[in-house]
Amino acid sequence: MKRQNQKKKKSHQKELLLQGNEAVVEGALRAGCRFFAGYPITPATEISEILSIKLPQVEGTFIQMEDEIASMGAVIGASLAGVKSMTATSGPGFSLMQENLGFAIIAEVPCVIVNVMRGGPSTGLPTSPSQSDVMQARWGTHGDHPIIVLSASTVRECYDMTIKAFNFSEKFRTPVVVLIDEVVGHMREKMALSDGEEVEIFNRVKPTVPPEWYLPYEDTPSGIPAMANFGEGYRYHVTGLTHDIRGFPTSRPDEIGPFIARLHRKISQYFSEIQMAEYFETEDAELTIVAYGCVARSAKRAMIEAREKGLKVGLLKLVTIWPFMRSAVEKVLQTSKNLLIPEMNMGQISREVKRVNRGIAKVFTLNKVDGTIITPEEILGRIMEVF
Amino acid sequence: MSEVTKLIHKYLRHDKKFPHVWCPGCGIGIMLGALIRAIDRIGYEKDEVVLVSGIGCSGRLPVYVDFNTLHTTHGRALTFATGVKLAKPSLKVIAIMGDGDAVAIGGNHFIHSARRNIDVTAIIVNNSIYGMTGGQYSPTTPYGMRSSTTIYSNIEQDFKISELAVTAGAVFVGRGTVYHAKLLDSLIEKAILKEGFSVVEVISHCHTQYGRQNRLGTAVEMMESQRDNAVTVEKAATMKPEELQNKFVIGILVDKELPVYQNEYDKIRERARGTATH
Repeated sequence: MKRQNQKKKKSHQKELLLQGNEAVVEGALRAGCRFFAGYPITPATEISEILSIKLPQVEGTFIQMEDEIASMGAVIGASLAGVKSMTATSGPGFSLMQENLGFAIIAEVPCVIVNVMRGGPSTGLPTSPSQSDVMQARWGTHGDHPIIVLSASTVRECYDMTIKAFNFSEKFRTPVVVLIDEVVGHMREKMALSDGEEVEIFNRVKPTVPPEWYLPYEDTPSGIPAMANFGEGYRYHVTGLTHDIRGFPTSRPDEIGPFIARLHRKISQYFSEIQMAEYFETEDAELTIVAYGCVARSAKRAMIEAREKGLKVGLLKLVTIWPFMRSAVEKVLQTSKNLLIPEMNMGQISREVKRVNRGIAKVFTLNKVDGTIITPEEILGRIMEVF
Repeated sequence: MSEVTKLIHKYLRHDKKFPHVWCPGCGIGIMLGALIRAIDRIGYEKDEVVLVSGIGCSGRLPVYVDFNTLHTTHGRALTFATGVKLAKPSLKVIAIMGDGDAVAIGGNHFIHSARRNIDVTAIIVNNSIYGMTGGQYSPTTPYGMRSSTTIYSNIEQDFKISELAVTAGAVFVGRGTVYHAKLLDSLIEKAILKEGFSVVEVISHCHTQYGRQNRLGTAVEMMESQRDNAVTVEKAATMKPEELQNKFVIGILVDKELPVYQNEYDKIRERARGTATH
């Protein structure tokens, strides 16, 4: 912190050399995170280690729990008590968190889970990158539920997306997952932070009505009820059971249906705010690469080289992974007759792209699951093959 | 209305639909009464009490009472309680669990909460069975007993919850029964007032499942057997081990001092602030 402050005096631009995992920490602290519970796991451990140093410096709390199940429970408990909370893990730990992740969804408790993806299944490849948790992030916990999942392909994005994740979680009262991978988590890059940079920070909306009028799960037009913190005079019930607008368990169909519908609606009616993507040279692209995370960087390089060869190639970089940005794919489909989806899995996002495509364009995939990153050459090679 | 009834009504949620889910004769209600009396005697404001529970018959307890209430996932009550307590230490956090909840699926959280000495009170209703799901054997079902998943006989040894808590490092451990109601009141009160991880094991009965499957009679008969098999700590000290066979000890098993997590963490914060100013 001190180092940054010194820089601050010299110039208004801070230049930091950070790992992706370190940038996650900086973003979390900037967003107001003051509670972390986690369990050691490669390649996410740096997030725990640094927060164990930094959180107590800012009156926050770090605790290493007995496992990832407990970590997720503690994160939810702390959030209910009014403190912005997060955890960080990798695939195997993320699997254990799914149980209480579902609780956070149904009880509408804001929290952030960073998953630094490594190769799976099971213990898999602890020190190698992967993108194989895309579907676990979407459907890992049981039951019909919406989820917000963001990705990052640069160190700066790790910072920005962690802040976004906290803002979304507070605004939409939902857990938000940040998917990064071993390469992005451990890669060091220069990251510029300007002093005057205004960062939008969103804090949960608290009830303003008298406690006796408070309906903790009220069906409001926004779909997002006001959230009271424990100990602030609004005594209410939080449960993982399907509940009525007062928070009490219900088995009445006329209460269950609208409740589950609202859980989905509170996300779906804000798609335009939640869904983020970047477009590079897609206006005239005959082939558009659809990529995310570290692969998006290789894809960008491959796109530039393809352009140098005179090939009309564009790049759609997905930043929001879930809810899947249908509109972005539809947009590139207006020009592109070919789509190429390179992924470090056997084809998790490509299925979504194919679902949106419905046969309009030819969809090509490039799947790599050997623990190494997809290189620009490999993507370029695939472009030359299919173009 | 009697004084006791008035007191209980003061803490019940009147906007919650009753009746409750428990069977007539269940011991959980007696435990709830003891908890309410203890909190009332201590004089906590309703706003400062957080009641956390897991899953099962005991998991349904918080919904009926007018505190900050949190009904979590199976076995995980103590993990949520840890988060609540550390995020807002001024809150009084009490976790209500059953035997399967606390020492089967939640066993890991139970021993680690004790080891860490988190300032949370754990009240465990031990009725030796999974009642809500229809009477399957739990980690506290004694050897040789019948349940709906040990029709032929239970071949596993049972956990002694209080002794487990003592070994795991809890600073206060008390065992009571729903028969010995006054003892239970005092154990719960002392446990709540104790700073650090405190445990009250409440021996209860499930006449609907455990009792029926093992022909142990009515709720009243099962409570009488609690009376007959309970030995106070003081009396147990004068008895030989063979005399204590098939008996259980009630009273305060441990009351000691160890550094409390949140106080220790405050010291960490001071040290960290010192580091930050370099």
